Amino acid sequence: MGKWTDGVSRLKERHRYGLMRIQDMTAVELAVAIKEGKTTAVDAVRETIARIEEKEELYHCYVTLDREGALERAKDVQAKIEAGEISAPLAGVPVAIKDNICTKGMLTTCASKILGNFVPAYSAQAICNLLRNGAIILGKTNMDEFAMGSTTETSAFGVTRNPWDPARVPGGSSGGSAAAVAAGECYYALGSDTGGSIRQPASFCGVVGMKPTYGTVSRYGLIAYGSSLDQIGPLTKDVADCAAVLESIASYDTKDSTSMRRQDTDFTSALIADVKGLRIGIPDDYFKEGLDGEVKAAVLQAAKALEEKGAIVEHFDLSLVEYAIPTYYTIAAAEASSNLERFDGIKYGYRATDYKGLHHMYKKSRSEGFGEEVKRRIMLGSFVLSSGYYDAYYLKALKVKALIKKAFNDAFMKYDVILGPTAPTTAPKLGESLADPLKMYLGDIYTIAVNLAGLPAISVPCGIDKAGLPIGLQLIGDCFQEKKLLQTAYTYEKACREAAII
Amino acid sequence: MAMIKEYETVIGLEVHVELATKTKIFCGCSTAFGGAPNTHTCPVCTGMPGTLPVLNKQVLEYAIAVGLATGCDITRYGKFDRKNYFYPDNPQNYQISQLYLPICRNGGIEIETQEGGRKTVGIHEIHMEEDAGKLIHDEWDECSLVDYNRSGVPLIEIVSEPDMRDAKEVIAYLEKLRLLIQYLGASDCKLQEGSMRADVNLSVREVGQKAFGTRTEMKNLNSFKAITRAIEGERERQIDLIEAGEAIIQETRRWDDAKGISYAMRSKEDAQDYRYFPDPDLAPIVVSDEMLAKIRAKQPEFRTEKMARYREEYGIPDYDIDIITSAKRMADLFEETVAICHQPKKVSNWLMGETMRLMKEKEIDAQDLHFSPQNLAKLIALTDSKAINGNVAKEVFEVMFDQDIEPEQYVEEHGLRTVNDAGALKKAIEEVIAGNPQSVEDYKNGKEKALGFLVGQTMKAMKGKAEPAMVNQILKEFLS
Repeated sequence: MGKWTDGVSRLKERHRYGLMRIQDMTAVELAVAIKEGKTTAVDAVRETIARIEEKEELYHCYVTLDREGALERAKDVQAKIEAGEISAPLAGVPVAIKDNICTKGMLTTCASKILGNFVPAYSAQAICNLLRNGAIILGKTNMDEFAMGSTTETSAFGVTRNPWDPARVPGGSSGGSAAAVAAGECYYALGSDTGGSIRQPASFCGVVGMKPTYGTVSRYGLIAYGSSLDQIGPLTKDVADCAAVLESIASYDTKDSTSMRRQDTDFTSALIADVKGLRIGIPDDYFKEGLDGEVKAAVLQAAKALEEKGAIVEHFDLSLVEYAIPTYYTIAAAEASSNLERFDGIKYGYRATDYKGLHHMYKKSRSEGFGEEVKRRIMLGSFVLSSGYYDAYYLKALKVKALIKKAFNDAFMKYDVILGPTAPTTAPKLGESLADPLKMYLGDIYTIAVNLAGLPAISVPCGIDKAGLPIGLQLIGDCFQEKKLLQTAYTYEKACREAAII
Repeated sequence: MAMIKEYETVIGLEVHVELATKTKIFCGCSTAFGGAPNTHTCPVCTGMPGTLPVLNKQVLEYAIAVGLATGCDITRYGKFDRKNYFYPDNPQNYQISQLYLPICRNGGIEIETQEGGRKTVGIHEIHMEEDAGKLIHDEWDECSLVDYNRSGVPLIEIVSEPDMRDAKEVIAYLEKLRLLIQYLGASDCKLQEGSMRADVNLSVREVGQKAFGTRTEMKNLNSFKAITRAIEGERERQIDLIEAGEAIIQETRRWDDAKGISYAMRSKEDAQDYRYFPDPDLAPIVVSDEMLAKIRAKQPEFRTEKMARYREEYGIPDYDIDIITSAKRMADLFEETVAICHQPKKVSNWLMGETMRLMKEKEIDAQDLHFSPQNLAKLIALTDSKAINGNVAKEVFEVMFDQDIEPEQYVEEHGLRTVNDAGALKKAIEEVIAGNPQSVEDYKNGKEKALGFLVGQTMKAMKGKAEPAMVNQILKEFLS
């Protein structure tokens, strides 16, 4: 039995006892149980809230909890399920939403003081899709402020702790969502991924996280960080849930000009345990300096497991990896500096007191309302767009972005899937990263090129290190090839479960 | 003795035109003027977090149509850019505009010069952008309020080359541009209401000098008269500075038309860095061959073509044609009325005479004429059949001009129909003759004028409802 099977020890335990508690069910399993009358949406919400009450004080996954609203909604949805009005695959299942996705009537703060009182009058399209499919929203999860960070420590409302080890960060920026799924404080969650913000916390928290192809999930209602890079995606207990959630939230949306018309969003159809003949490329650039030895071993072991199932695995040079980070921080910060201009204390959100005139009000509100990391990126972004520097930084970054996209295009001529680690290490201790932002930025090295190229990628658990922390395996696909990723991830996950039961 | 220097004025214009779309440029809100504050708004045009712009295709079509009509090259792959600056009327604190790849470039408009020649004023570019909201300063409460009804109303900015040399050329260019856009139906182009706004860039240089002088930009010009005065004022101000050996500062100035002077608003040193970059929320603008062909096919008949057709089709004098085609609305009224009554000259007379007179008197723009062709045709029919006389017709027309009443009904309700009852008329004439022996005497003694007086008295007795020719004839019979 390989080391890579350790990561699913909890699953092993679950299967050993045969009997399943509601809270141990996956989202899909729960939905089936509700449909079959074995439990109800109301019970699922009650039990989840009880679990939240028990765990939340320690983990702090949520910024906002809507206990009453969720229970009311559960009663309504349960009645509709019984009446046959809702039959969607995830109907009645409680979900947690990252706090940068607008929810009508529910506080949406981006974990920032500047939006501390903001209640949207509309819901994001992804939320509308979820609600139409009978989802029950429990509340809003903690995150790095405006999704800027890799640890969920830049939140204005306190840190979230990693359920695997509360002394460690859950990753970020969708750390609250990943931790909530890992801690059983929800059945699945939505996150957003601009440079790895779904995949990296999924990796740190031992859950599945997917960033879809740019344009697959509407960005309408997602409070923008880097508009050309942002995508909403699922954080789930397993690959089957991931496919079901993505199927539920993906849609072409006329309110989002960057939305794509796709006919192939029946993602659950890809849940087939078969990788025979699948061409997997391992970029050697992803295994160089900075990569933790245990992570490296676990990821290569996962590649071997897939090879054993019939995949053709090869090593290759992706190149340009070292340019991804400066390119990303130039483009994302530039867009963010403009996207965050609307937070000015005039129309909504935080307004400073004791100001003299308009400009002082702007300055004071923004200085007091934004945290350090956000201000750092606004300054960086304003600088690269400023007159005289635009060509040297922003335009050049766009050119490198195009080259990175081309490097991936070339790779996908040869491979169906690119395999590598999600992050160079497992979860660091709280406080370790903030002291050295540059080091934190380097932690995104394997994830951000995917956003620059607009590609889909998934992180699945692939083992546990000596400290008992989960390791993430990243699979990257060509644009619109989510199904290949899901099929590969599903095959791998099934192999792990089989090995665990043996 | 010092030589008197001769100066040349160099002028370029930046013209903002509000497009006549029903909805805003990036959301579905109404563009209607007026409305209670913040009623034509939604999360998109108030800059709510998470909202995204989606381009209104009609805006693109209008911009291309104006570009084609001004001989511009149409940019086949364009983009929108964000212009970043903080101001409360700008809800996102960036304006979505076009800097790097404007939709139209390198066009021109031909104007007539003072000497009767022709010259082309080049158009550097036309770009699309969104309008800002409006700030209302409440002096009682010492606070400012913002109304976002106008936020997101579509604009095109037409940037000319510095090709104009005096106010007359500027006005000729603006009139031509305005007419062209009105003919396209792309905007009503009202300076007073701000649906057309012109900023004047002006510099002076000595005649013969090649290099441009330092320019200033003049804002807040709400009429052609204000533009003319501002140009003359700024020319003088700049020449005075040069003559005094002082430097002209590159700055934006605000024209105060009531006082006839301008004030410096901000200098180039204060100019903000707008940090323009392509808006990542909007897909690139791709103008296909089909789209271009479709817009081209929809281009209307412009003034020159219309004038030629009028000559051919209606046989009315060139003078009439010139006036009628000077406004799209006027031309439309003419054509539609003629289509009903088939009397081009009579329709033309109504438009050139009473219509123009009332427009002037009531200070109404041709575009705001709202009497219908149906009613004008009916009024012409009423006079043709002698049901009403000319004076009554003018009286009815004035009411129609204001309220577009149905003339037949109005004439009946107000008892304005000409009295054709010869008995009643004869009775009235007998009374007038009996009551004015002196005038009768005068007439008989050869004073023709006296007849006019008697006709007038009869008309008065008939309350204006008699046919003057008939009164004249019967009077003469009685007096002979």
